Amino acid sequence: MKVAVASGKGGTGKTTVSLALAAAAETPCLLLDCDVEEPNCHLFTSAEPWRTEGVDVLVPEFLGEGCDGCGSCVRSCRFNALAGFGRKVMVFAEMCHACGGCVLACPHGALREIPYPIGRLEFRHAEGFELITGVMNVGYAMAPPLIRQLKTHLPTSGLAVLDCPPGTSCSMVTSVRDCDFVVLVTEPTPFGLHDLRLAVETLAELKLPCGVIVNRAEPGVPLIHDYCQEAGLPILLEIPLSRQIAETCSAGGGLLDACPDLKEPLQALLAQTLPGLLAGRSVAS
Amino acid sequence: MKVILTSQGDSLDAAMDARFGRAAKFLLWDSSTQAVSVVDNQQSMDAPQGAGIQAAMTAIKQGANAVITSHCGPKAFRVLQEAGVKVYLTKAAKCREALQLFQDGKLQEASSANVEGHWT
Amino acid sequence: MKEILVISGKGGAGKTSLTAALAGLMAPCVLVDCDVDAADLHLLLQPKVQETHPFISGQEPVLDASRCVGCGRCEELCRFEAIRLSPAGQPGFVPGACEGCGVCADHCPAEAIAMTPRQCGEWHRSTTSAGTMIHARLFPGAENSGKLVAAIRKTAKETALAQGCDFLLSDGPPGIGCPVIASLSGVDFALLVTEPSVSGLHDLRRIIELVRGFEVDFQVVINKADIHPAMTADIEDFCQSQRIDVAGKISYSRLFVETLRRGHTVMAHPGSEPEQEIMALWKHLSSLKAFQKTPNNDKETKA
Repeated sequence: MKVAVASGKGGTGKTTVSLALAAAAETPCLLLDCDVEEPNCHLFTSAEPWRTEGVDVLVPEFLGEGCDGCGSCVRSCRFNALAGFGRKVMVFAEMCHACGGCVLACPHGALREIPYPIGRLEFRHAEGFELITGVMNVGYAMAPPLIRQLKTHLPTSGLAVLDCPPGTSCSMVTSVRDCDFVVLVTEPTPFGLHDLRLAVETLAELKLPCGVIVNRAEPGVPLIHDYCQEAGLPILLEIPLSRQIAETCSAGGGLLDACPDLKEPLQALLAQTLPGLLAGRSVAS
Repeated sequence: MKVILTSQGDSLDAAMDARFGRAAKFLLWDSSTQAVSVVDNQQSMDAPQGAGIQAAMTAIKQGANAVITSHCGPKAFRVLQEAGVKVYLTKAAKCREALQLFQDGKLQEASSANVEGHWT
Repeated sequence: MKEILVISGKGGAGKTSLTAALAGLMAPCVLVDCDVDAADLHLLLQPKVQETHPFISGQEPVLDASRCVGCGRCEELCRFEAIRLSPAGQPGFVPGACEGCGVCADHCPAEAIAMTPRQCGEWHRSTTSAGTMIHARLFPGAENSGKLVAAIRKTAKETALAQGCDFLLSDGPPGIGCPVIASLSGVDFALLVTEPSVSGLHDLRRIIELVRGFEVDFQVVINKADIHPAMTADIEDFCQSQRIDVAGKISYSRLFVETLRRGHTVMAHPGSEPEQEIMALWKHLSSLKAFQKTPNNDKETKA
């Protein structure tokens, strides 16, 4: 089962929850850190990477020979990553989306594709689970290709948890698609609710089932509960607002260090609640 | 020689447009005929990204030997340099003034871009 | 006119809350919410929308099913997993995955796919008590390339100049990718918001690397500074070792959430701890060179 942990709003506790799910799981679990711009999961384990894999995208290289200045390549590029004049073509690799269109368009074989490094994957044996972190090079702008490469390491069966980037744009979509279930972590504030709605809208378009974890929950603040009831979304868990949890996580500790009582509910979530929701059986909240 | 000036209007009396990549218009001045023609740069202005690259290609296609502007970004500069087109920077407010300064040899050739690139 | 950007690297550090609080102190100014993916500034500033415009960017493929021969060439060529073939071999395009490269359309042997302009979002010009606000919404799954950010920044700049404002204040997006780059290039000053946590410090280092690459003047503000004094000290030590100035420290306060729930900022509570700390922050910032008022024609000549 592939469980994505997303949110809409940044800072709601996706990483905290992802780590807790992976640590609590009773079956072997793989955790993928898909927030490749600002990955954080690895900060909460003392394990060093046992393997690192560079990630490249294929960008064009102008070979020169054979070019007759027809301009087909430049015309094919919708990202203006090529400049052509005379019989010369210049490539702006940082703007290239690696679509391969220019090489296909060239009738003379004057372009070929070469790897352009965009980041790396780091593999760690964390405490109780396997962790793979995607790290995008600072200054490179496009996260999706790195996230796609990271996801090629998903197993065909077994449990995987994906810590997703905030927001609802291409990076988040690339992370959540083809997962079985999306857990949305939110907080009971207007920001949390506003961004939760955006995330739910996005998942509806992708036809992905989802449920909500309310983090920093406060009694007497039914903001998120009211919305979930109206939208027909299950509330999977509530994590109380607690200075102790905040301090523990600030220092690099995990949710289960601060709140060992959450272990059982998290295990039940993975072993019973989510499979139940996926099978269409109604589950008592 | 052919020189391109980045302009806000259709003649040498117009004000200079400070930016190369998203200049409203180019004025193409031909030293042999002293004639000035207007080259539209709308395509670059509308380009979501790579405007500087587009503008540079327009300039090159027009056969420009030199470009006179106030601000040229790094990608545009790379393209112009590669094509052998010299870039001259000026703070002159009007195109006529900028061209005169150029003809008098008072403008210095730029050795690099003088503004940072924008993502678009 | 000076353009000031508030960014953080890490999401949830408090950019938007701080931007909204500063807006009142910089008024009249122009505000721009560059977090087009999950824009929240409007929740604090209550803008009244005056104009809405579509944001058209890039292209998307449209299938003419009558021409499709079901060869599947499009799916073979698509590098973005954006095409799913039906049992009959007809392409369906996956929302949010298509990057608009046009390869499917250009190489369809039956010419059954056409590329059409794509509306990726919309942007608004609104009024707030602090000044005009330009904000936008990127549609779910849209490519967050920074183009929309650049477009609203351009509009906001023009507005600020036309209105003769001293400041253009931007609420930045999280991360270090395209939209952050688009919000950062050419600003006069970046205020980096961090929080005292292991994640906060990690993400701060990365955003600093990005900001330095753009040679933008910046300082750091530590938000929720009192929830972990030891980590706050670590951040201060780190900044000192890097010759980075800490512009201020803001304590964690329930008032931020309470005022957010009521749709206003902490600055509506003079004498409160957050209000005092933000006033101190502003006093420091306004003494910096990047915040000094210059005649508007200086800014106009900048690209």
